[in-house]
Amino acid sequence: MLRDTGLIFTRDMRLALRSPTWLLIGIMQPLLYLFLFGPLMVTVVDNTPGFPSDDAWTVLTPALIVQTALFSGSFAGVGLLTEYRVGVVDRFRGTPASRSALLFGKVLAQAVQAVAQSTLIVVVTLLVFDLDAPLSGMLLSLAIAAVLAISLSSGSYALALILKSEAAFPSLMNMVLLPLLLLSGVLLPVTRELAPGWLYALARINPLTHVVDAGRAAFRGDLSSTGLLTGCLVLVVMAALALVWGTRTFQKENA
Amino acid sequence: MITVRGLARQFTVRGRTVDAVKGIDFDVAAGELVGFLGPNGAGKTTTLRMLTTLLRPTGGTATVGGCDLLTDPQGVRRRIGYVAQGGSTWPDSRVAEEIELQARLYGLSRADARRRGTLLAEQLDLAGLDQRPAKTLSGGQRRRLDIALGLVHDPALVFLDEPTSGLDPQSRANLWEHVRRMRAEQGMTVFLTTHYLDEADSLCDRILVTDHGTIVAEGTPDELKARVTGDAVAVDVADRAAEAAELAEQLPGAEEVTVAQDTVRFRVPRGDSALPELLRALDGRGILMTSVQINRPTLDDVFLSLTGRSLRDSEAAPPAMEATHAA
Repeated sequence: MLRDTGLIFTRDMRLALRSPTWLLIGIMQPLLYLFLFGPLMVTVVDNTPGFPSDDAWTVLTPALIVQTALFSGSFAGVGLLTEYRVGVVDRFRGTPASRSALLFGKVLAQAVQAVAQSTLIVVVTLLVFDLDAPLSGMLLSLAIAAVLAISLSSGSYALALILKSEAAFPSLMNMVLLPLLLLSGVLLPVTRELAPGWLYALARINPLTHVVDAGRAAFRGDLSSTGLLTGCLVLVVMAALALVWGTRTFQKENA
Repeated sequence: MITVRGLARQFTVRGRTVDAVKGIDFDVAAGELVGFLGPNGAGKTTTLRMLTTLLRPTGGTATVGGCDLLTDPQGVRRRIGYVAQGGSTWPDSRVAEEIELQARLYGLSRADARRRGTLLAEQLDLAGLDQRPAKTLSGGQRRRLDIALGLVHDPALVFLDEPTSGLDPQSRANLWEHVRRMRAEQGMTVFLTTHYLDEADSLCDRILVTDHGTIVAEGTPDELKARVTGDAVAVDVADRAAEAAELAEQLPGAEEVTVAQDTVRFRVPRGDSALPELLRALDGRGILMTSVQINRPTLDDVFLSLTGRSLRDSEAAPPAMEATHAA
């Protein structure tokens, strides 16, 4: 199975590297946020009492990393549906290769791509803006991006194979992602001080909130905080559930 | 090589149950080239997807390549090649990459995979295209690449789903040649589906005629044609046409004997074997035959008499069943 995972991973990476537009498209949105929203955030942070940090960039950058991993992972299923339509998926499923390996190879390639995009975001923020974060925290946030991409792409692949509709899938994803993002405090942290009680409560139920919090804790260099621990636990659980779901869907005889 | 008993598949589409394949039985011997002929929606692709482990049957059993379909799908996958109907290549992948990856997924080492790829590319006229992305290939080339992908592990049994669908006549003829040759050289067993009469007729040793999820007839192309209508024979004689007609009527199985001027027409199960007998009889009476024509019935005649409609008519009907496979 390891060998088959490697084969599929290599294939997906080779194709991704051949047309690196995904990298640019994926990074476009976070860059726009950095340049067009970041400066606002600096002022907001300085003038808002009760803001969890006094450095806008350590708040915004990890959130953008999470957002990027979230988007590229969630829409991985679109690519799978195209492969399904042209017959590639059935061709692979007709071989004796492990069906879990077909999933794992693709999911790993997604993780690597998310890390590449996140690295670019960090580099730009370091070079252009005065981001001040410890190296360990930045590396940790890349790891968070990787695990997040693994769980989301795995779930996305499973959902895509169940829906099997290239038209319905992206709209469904958009419908789910927007509330999830707003409730995770990606742009502005949803804290007890800033948010009304009900909104705060909703945000706490959202697993993504904890992931964003973990990323921010890492960027603050707050490696012993409970936020970081909770976020990592949430991530591991999410990844485990998504991989089980993905594997089951890929192994189902008529999926 | 293939044993199928009571194989069935139901689909539930919007709460309605559709029997795509209704408990079919058939056998394919090693080395045979068998065609599954029927209109779109007859259940051909569904049957093929079941036999290639891509779709779980809802009833029945099958042994494919010596392995049980239900208990040993992995064994089946190792022994068969499958070329799907709509193609199977990724537009941006290069020819050599696709073949190498496919071979490695079957467990070949990188070196073996490359060797095999080179050999297949030669055999299937794909040499020199190895660095071309699949999207730049012609329809015929892409189809041959699909076939190469189905043959990477040198399977003893290969399934081809509508191998020439959508190809121009020249590419079709070319593909038939490849299938014939590879089968002759490697002794492969080939099971293909087609809704083209000429394809079934010219390529297959034996045909299973299918309609509405059942097999309605089975036999060699000639058997099927002979069994259903018989050949139409027209004999021109120099004189004494009425006397010639009497002789024709005495041929075993002769029917519909008519005389028009110097031409005697009749139908007989096998025109080619009836004719020498008639010649001898005419000769014995000193009647001179000036010309003869035998028209074999087409498979379309066969399909018409079996199902009450022409295969060409059913082709025009919307492919309702095949479309629901994706659902």
